[in-house]
Amino acid sequence: MKVSDPALLLRTAPFLRRNLTTPALMRDVIYALVPVIGASIWFFGVSAILVIVAATAGAMLTEWRFTPEGKGGAALADGSALLTGLLLALTLPPGIPLWMAFLGGVIGIGLGKLVWGGLGHNLFNPALVGRAFLQAAFPTVLTTWALHGGPSDFLAVRGANLAFPLLQGGVDAVTTATPLSMMKFDHNAVPAAALFLGNTAGSLGETSGVLILLSGIYLTVRRMFDWRIPAGVLLAAAIFSGILFLVAPDRYPTPLFTILSGGLLFGTVFMATDPVTSPLSPRGAWIFGAGIGFLVVLIRVFGGLPEGVMYAILLMNGATPLIERAVQPRPFGRGKHR
Amino acid sequence: MAPENWISTFRHGVHPDEHKEGTESLPIERVPFVESYILPLGQHIGAPSVPVVKPKDRVQRGQLIAKPGGFVSTALHSPVTGHVTALANRRNAMGDLVPCILLEADPYATQRFEPRAPVDWRALSSKEFVDQTQMAGLVGMGGAAFPSHVKYVPQEGKPVRFLVVNGCECEPYLTCDHRVMVERSDRVVRGIEILATKLGAEKTVIGVEQNKEDAIEVLQAAAAGAPVPVEVAALKVKYPQGSEKMLIDAVFKTEVPAGKLPLDVGMVVNNVATIAALADWFDHGRPLIDRVLTVSGPAVSRPANLQVPLGTPVRAVLEYCGGLKSETRQVVMGGPMMGSPLSSLDVPVVKGTSGLLAFTDADVFDGDTYTCVKCGRCLDACPNFLNPCMLAKLARAGRIESMDEFYASDCTFCGSCSWACPSGIPISQLIKVARSAMAQRKRKEVRQ
Repeated sequence: MKVSDPALLLRTAPFLRRNLTTPALMRDVIYALVPVIGASIWFFGVSAILVIVAATAGAMLTEWRFTPEGKGGAALADGSALLTGLLLALTLPPGIPLWMAFLGGVIGIGLGKLVWGGLGHNLFNPALVGRAFLQAAFPTVLTTWALHGGPSDFLAVRGANLAFPLLQGGVDAVTTATPLSMMKFDHNAVPAAALFLGNTAGSLGETSGVLILLSGIYLTVRRMFDWRIPAGVLLAAAIFSGILFLVAPDRYPTPLFTILSGGLLFGTVFMATDPVTSPLSPRGAWIFGAGIGFLVVLIRVFGGLPEGVMYAILLMNGATPLIERAVQPRPFGRGKHR
Repeated sequence: MAPENWISTFRHGVHPDEHKEGTESLPIERVPFVESYILPLGQHIGAPSVPVVKPKDRVQRGQLIAKPGGFVSTALHSPVTGHVTALANRRNAMGDLVPCILLEADPYATQRFEPRAPVDWRALSSKEFVDQTQMAGLVGMGGAAFPSHVKYVPQEGKPVRFLVVNGCECEPYLTCDHRVMVERSDRVVRGIEILATKLGAEKTVIGVEQNKEDAIEVLQAAAAGAPVPVEVAALKVKYPQGSEKMLIDAVFKTEVPAGKLPLDVGMVVNNVATIAALADWFDHGRPLIDRVLTVSGPAVSRPANLQVPLGTPVRAVLEYCGGLKSETRQVVMGGPMMGSPLSSLDVPVVKGTSGLLAFTDADVFDGDTYTCVKCGRCLDACPNFLNPCMLAKLARAGRIESMDEFYASDCTFCGSCSWACPSGIPISQLIKVARSAMAQRKRKEVRQ
């Protein structure tokens, strides 16, 4: 038969692509967050839902508003703004006024991402930028911890959730101390089992170690991040705090307490591994992770704050371009690998 | 150095869907001769061949029509009995106008190749052997089309320890090497006998991916009866294992240093089809006048493995396969990972044509491009252990000078990074464009 000339296009090789897109990567991280979100609702009831909605609304509205004309919808479609909002919410105390959570989302996306040029161009983790802003602006609120509890208190609105915008709300709410502040100021360690299961005070998403670890394993299996980063964080934190514990067991927490308390696991699994703000090369990932682990213990033990995960990650985010430049992967046929 | 575990592979690389099931069990068919043939003088890497015929000359099938134009160049023979109509410029697969010899087949000729008496190859000196293979017009038939004889030149202080025969065929869709191994294993082993003996190789290893079980079995049986030591290495399926350096890494766990050749680690790598063609030359005097290729892809009516005389227009080959579906938007010469897109069906099949693939819009990637989120999948894909996303970023920013710092020159354009990128960034293509700009700039500097 005769072949009539088809309208041929000139694309270039490779003509095939893997069936995996960036929005699918984002969705996978969001799926991994579902159990953590579930736990936060279990422990903090309706307050958790309110804070999550407020923070994600702030993040997504900002992304939508400040993305070039006609691209607002498309920008939201990659799922990154939703992810930033969720991550921010999960680092906030359950009793935070909702308008602050919303503002944190706005700042996180606005100053943490959009001013850098949008997705993929930011130096610092956007959710942590939002949280750092809130911590600087409202230090008391960010360290006031509402009571945790089971589903029986589901409908109880914690703390100052419903405070009128620009007001901090009443201070009569029932509050408690986090395991880290108890450790820091009273040298009183909460048992590891409670930390592991999550029945302690703290930010929305950070309390249940076991769920965070399961999510981390899921993400590792799906190759959503470089396993070397969390491995580096945990190893460095365990070694550094282990040395301190051996020197003075009565003053310093055990390595297990260090790892399970506060935001270390949550930050390690969901924030430090953010590919945009961490180094790409295998050796760079080790350096980056170890740096975070070291800084966390340094801030917690020798700094003025009970918690240091946020600053540790932000500091190492800032060091990422430097690490990236210093340790490139060695090409094939040019000496030994890794 | 010697391989211990045969089921091995190289590091990094990707796993595209294979799409070989449509053609892998189809026997090789010969396409009928057509009226006219287009033979570009530059079907290989290196200097173009120099015509030794003029218009109206009568030529026999297998007759020399162009001699090598230098050392890195090769001979060209007439694929048909007929006459030369013109020496003129025609478009090749890249869309460039290139000098060609145009032939018209004699409709009354039998088109049977008249075999010559076998050459006593054992008696040849190594220089004579190299000259003979150059006059056979042999090139690497995996797609690169590098003149084979160049690899056979003995080099001081670099003895050949292993002859590595490349039967990986790692490109999706392609099955022509697979069929050559299954149907012509005797020719492959005969070629190995000749080449391994002449090169003085201790042993020959045929690297075949595990998805070609029948080929592995047939070759193992043939290898057992070979007069020289031959082993078949079954390799895990992965792209781009057919790349010389990756194949050596897979089989011997040896890295050929950057900028060096396999000979620097004591090896010579040849494609299976090239080896079979070498046997045909020394046994029957049959030069490279046709080749086996795969016609496949979702837009082809009847996929097939075909033996096609060189110079046959792509249109004629596709017509033989029942034509293209009306939604065809992309025709590719070669494999889908490294092949060239065709802008016209009137270009000829050449020595390096391993496949003709046709796709509709739905089959070919042309999707959304998101920004790079540094997910690192391109680093895990790159068989050369480069940082493709950094290179792509520099290329986009026009910072071509900085790309050398990140070893842009080590890129082999296998396309694994582009395949793996979830943001749909054409990484490999960006690097390629930047590299040619770099080369142009350097040429300009030399001129000034």
